[in-house]
Amino acid sequence: MSKFEFPPAIKSRPVYGTLEARPGKHHLMIADAEGAEAILAIATPELMANTHIIYIPRGTDYADKLRALNPVQFYEGPSYAASVTRIQRTLERSHMGLQIYLAGTEGLMGQAQNEAMKAGFPFNAIQTEHRGSIARRMQCVHCKGITEDVEIDPFVCSHCGLNLFVRDHYSRRLAAYQGVCIDAEDPGNVPPSKGIYE
Amino acid sequence: MTIQFNDETFRDDYTFRNSDWAIDRFPFPFHEDSYMYAVNMEQHRGGPDGSVYEKRFDVDEHYVAEMRDRAMVLADDPLRCQSLPHMTLAGWDLLELIMVSKSEDYPDLFELHRDGDRWRWVNKPMGIDDSFTFMDETTLPYGPMEYITRQTQGDFCVLDQREDNLWMDAGIVTTQADWSLDFDIGMNFFEWHAPVPLAHEKGIFVRALKFLLNIQQGAPARRLNWTMTVNPLLDTSPENYHKWGVQKTTLTPENIGEKQHLRVELQTFFRLPRSNALVFPIRCYLCSFQDLMTKPKWGRRLHRVVRDLPEELATYKGFIDNRPMMLDYLSKFDDGLPTSPGVFPDTETEPPLQT
Ligand code: HEM
Repeated sequence: MSKFEFPPAIKSRPVYGTLEARPGKHHLMIADAEGAEAILAIATPELMANTHIIYIPRGTDYADKLRALNPVQFYEGPSYAASVTRIQRTLERSHMGLQIYLAGTEGLMGQAQNEAMKAGFPFNAIQTEHRGSIARRMQCVHCKGITEDVEIDPFVCSHCGLNLFVRDHYSRRLAAYQGVCIDAEDPGNVPPSKGIYE
Repeated sequence: MTIQFNDETFRDDYTFRNSDWAIDRFPFPFHEDSYMYAVNMEQHRGGPDGSVYEKRFDVDEHYVAEMRDRAMVLADDPLRCQSLPHMTLAGWDLLELIMVSKSEDYPDLFELHRDGDRWRWVNKPMGIDDSFTFMDETTLPYGPMEYITRQTQGDFCVLDQREDNLWMDAGIVTTQADWSLDFDIGMNFFEWHAPVPLAHEKGIFVRALKFLLNIQQGAPARRLNWTMTVNPLLDTSPENYHKWGVQKTTLTPENIGEKQHLRVELQTFFRLPRSNALVFPIRCYLCSFQDLMTKPKWGRRLHRVVRDLPEELATYKGFIDNRPMMLDYLSKFDDGLPTSPGVFPDTETEPPLQT
């Protein structure tokens, strides 16, 4: 599957790279959905002998392929929310020097990166590669509720119901883009939604 | 002079007014007939007597009412005041800077009595007389930053300095020009400025950051920024935009002089001694178009600036839709005569409007 080329954007937006196997004794790979492809692309038996994979399939069927790589530890979680305490625990118990690889959707990478930074891992120990859905994790600036996997602009806040437009302004702390009411100045005048990059 | 504090509101019935004194000293931000982003920074070492630049933290007739408005905003939304755990020391630094500055600059309004770390702070306009132990949070009703900034006009960002960058790791933000502290907290200088058009491309933020990183204790700096606000609404927050945004559509040719306000931010920068953090007070001044037009020079100049402002800036500042109506109004105060350089109104020397 080809990778999505994000258009150039403002400076708060994260930039994603391409995973590469780095030297190190311990590797943690966290991925969702098509993010599995990025792991498959760099996996070698030597690397996998020191790798812990945490994977959230989200309706895809890559899990068996990842399991077949024989990583030292493999966890398949039903959702990010269900996996997050495990991610936190893993990070807490890991030594500095751990190499962290994140792949898949922006929401997964942003949240997992946050956990890694909170656990004290430096930015440069964390690699990212975007794969799969270009949906965004959005924070409603009004009610502060997070709506996951937003594919269209404008969209309806899943918490307060306001019609929000999708900004490019991004908070790493929240791992979310900002959604702002689109019809504040003309209540009810909401343009038809389009795909975010259309 | 003794200040008469106004009993006024910045919401609902909007009873906010500027006295002639406040209009005379309004920090008109345009030193020439056009405007573009620039690294417009200078030392903050006083200014003309009575001007808003004179004191380290200017106190004016709106003080008490603004503090009442801030308390209401915080009661509705405590997320407007946040401090990451490592910023408490900077909060004490800020409390000290403000208490020392205000008690020295306004001895009739504020008193600070220090006996070692036993401090007593008297704020007469707000009726506060508190004794506490410096550096002991348990002796104050709020954290040190929140305590002192609930008593000081203007928003405050407290920036941690590390990795050759500034990080917005604490702040109290209730009079902002449409940006969210809750969203921006933890960001660095380039990230929180990301939405600003044109300035990144002009290299302005790279140069501005270099300047800020080198600010020394005791040598503060300042700059002005500006935007437009319909009604004298202090809390133009993104959080509440779904409530106040519609007010922008209430302008008419009849009410624009009264309703449309030029919103000016006097932004200052102080290095803090113990934490090496930088504090960035953003003090908001509002003035209605009709009050500005009492100064012929400001009338001529505001028309030219608004007329010639690049579309990107008028859009970013949120008044692109109202610009034509503003220009209809302002053009009546521009007779084409030249204007004197500098921001001051020069009422003695500038000719009256020719009709
Ligand atoms: C460290 C202190 C500073 C802080 C905390 C700060 C914060 C901000 C914030 C939060 C915004 C709003 C961005 C948005 O749209 O979300 C902004 C806008 C802006 N800042 Fe700063 N800033 C600082 C220093 C400076 C300096 C030194 C300059 C010098 C050139 C500058 C230039 C600007 C400009 C040009 C804008 C756009 C304003 C407008 O057109 O209304 N800032 N700043």
